[in-house]
Amino acid sequence: MQAAIRVTSLTRTYGKHRALDSVNLEILPGEMVALIGASGSGKSTLLRHVAGLAAGDEAAGEVVVHGQTIQRNGRIASDVRRLRTRVGFVFQQFNLVGRLPVYLNVAAGALHRIPLWRSIFRRFSSAELRHVMDALARVGISDQAMQRASTLSGGQQQRAAIARTLVQRARVVLADEPIASLDPESARRVMDILAAINREDGCTVVVSLHQVNMALKYCPRTVALRQGKVVYDGPSSELNSSLLRELYGAEADEILSQPDHLSHHGRPIQVPERVAYAALSAQAV
Amino acid sequence: MALTPAGLSMPLPRPSGSARLASLFGWGVVLAVLAASWKGADMRPLDLLRDSGNMGTYAASFFPPKFTDWRVYLDEMLVTLQIALWGTALAVLCAVPFGLLSSSNIVPWWIYQPVRRLMDAARAINEMVFAMLFVVAVGLGPFAGVLALWIHTTGILAKLFAEAVEAIDPQPVEGIRSTGARAIEEIVYGVIPQVLPLWISYSLYRFESNVRSASVVGMVGAGGIGVILWEIIRGFYYAETCAVMIIIVVTVTLIDLISARVRKAFI
Repeated sequence: MQAAIRVTSLTRTYGKHRALDSVNLEILPGEMVALIGASGSGKSTLLRHVAGLAAGDEAAGEVVVHGQTIQRNGRIASDVRRLRTRVGFVFQQFNLVGRLPVYLNVAAGALHRIPLWRSIFRRFSSAELRHVMDALARVGISDQAMQRASTLSGGQQQRAAIARTLVQRARVVLADEPIASLDPESARRVMDILAAINREDGCTVVVSLHQVNMALKYCPRTVALRQGKVVYDGPSSELNSSLLRELYGAEADEILSQPDHLSHHGRPIQVPERVAYAALSAQAV
Repeated sequence: MALTPAGLSMPLPRPSGSARLASLFGWGVVLAVLAASWKGADMRPLDLLRDSGNMGTYAASFFPPKFTDWRVYLDEMLVTLQIALWGTALAVLCAVPFGLLSSSNIVPWWIYQPVRRLMDAARAINEMVFAMLFVVAVGLGPFAGVLALWIHTTGILAKLFAEAVEAIDPQPVEGIRSTGARAIEEIVYGVIPQVLPLWISYSLYRFESNVRSASVVGMVGAGGIGVILWEIIRGFYYAETCAVMIIIVVTVTLIDLISARVRKAFI
């Protein structure tokens, strides 16, 4: 089975600081993977490199998505714009254009497949607009389609950003701390939607999270980063607090800290088993 | 902790001696430069007093304003407005690409540096000078005025547009980029919506300024109310001059009020 994402010895240094330290990672199509780690552990940097929004060091490193090279040895592929169309990106700060209506923000996902003159004059066909409205309905904000994006709440903006990846027809969705700026209820809805995309559309989802409890709840597999290195790659269920303390030392508190509102009223956190655990057996970790 | 009168013994926050000396020196330089320019500027304030009688007579000759030829004045004022309108419209059209091409967050330095220098040149030369040059090239009349305003205003608007573009939030642009959109789509969807209110505001302001400028470029033969103004001042028709000046003031004020309304609607 061809990997959805394959990262090979990717390194990125900023000055003397190693943001990514020879990261190797293979994610299979249809997986839902959590990327955890304290602030500054390299989660965002890794995701940005996978999407070709940033280039790694020249010495070594390769990112391949569905068999197509995004970057190799610090050089981003010349056809990266075409390759990016398969990779949806959800940002912590939503990155919508505040002054444009929600539907245009979402329709931006379709820009790559319509002729240039139509996209410049914002002429979307009925079929494309129908597609946009379907995506908005799916994330539950079709009533807000005509509003300026800046008038939406944070949770609604993040759902609009996910709708954009749906219209984009992305096969891989990279979500960079998508719930870090949201209240608990909005965070839950956003994670539910990401899980639904993974389950119903077979989209590969990689979501970076600040805290481990969300990873346990939504993602069968977790990749843990520390100071730019992969320190754990395996079933989320095996990530207990003693292992995390072993991996992170004093930093573990930041990852383990579980705000009261996110705990599940005393019930044990269940790891969903909807995604077959192919990746680990394939890699024989 | 009890408050103690310790504040009394602390040094008061007064500027240090050297800072005061520097400030004194700064004022000295300003005054010295002004004094040195006195002769060159031919400053004769006493003449204002001595010749106040003549000036009074001169000022009195402007009143009452003589509106006998008001139809001609209004026609030419309209021509002036039309010169300003076309000059500004063409300049806005050109300032969009030139502005984007002189933004350091859109293009590499080897593009924005030369484009900025070109815009500097367009801006550095006054529209009067351009008007005189174009009168030779395309003949007397409003078209020369349009060309002069067009070039000068392009230089100004491109700079203002670029400054707005350089102040944008890069995150929405990256959002568009992440969908695999083309570079030009990043600009149309990510950049322009962010800068549009400022661009409109700047364009309206330049239109107002260009109405003023258009009445001046007429004086070198580039059409409009300026031609009339030039003729009647040279012919010592002061009452008529006064009437024309009143028309210009009223027009500019009206445009000011209208554009303030338009601007509000867009922001």
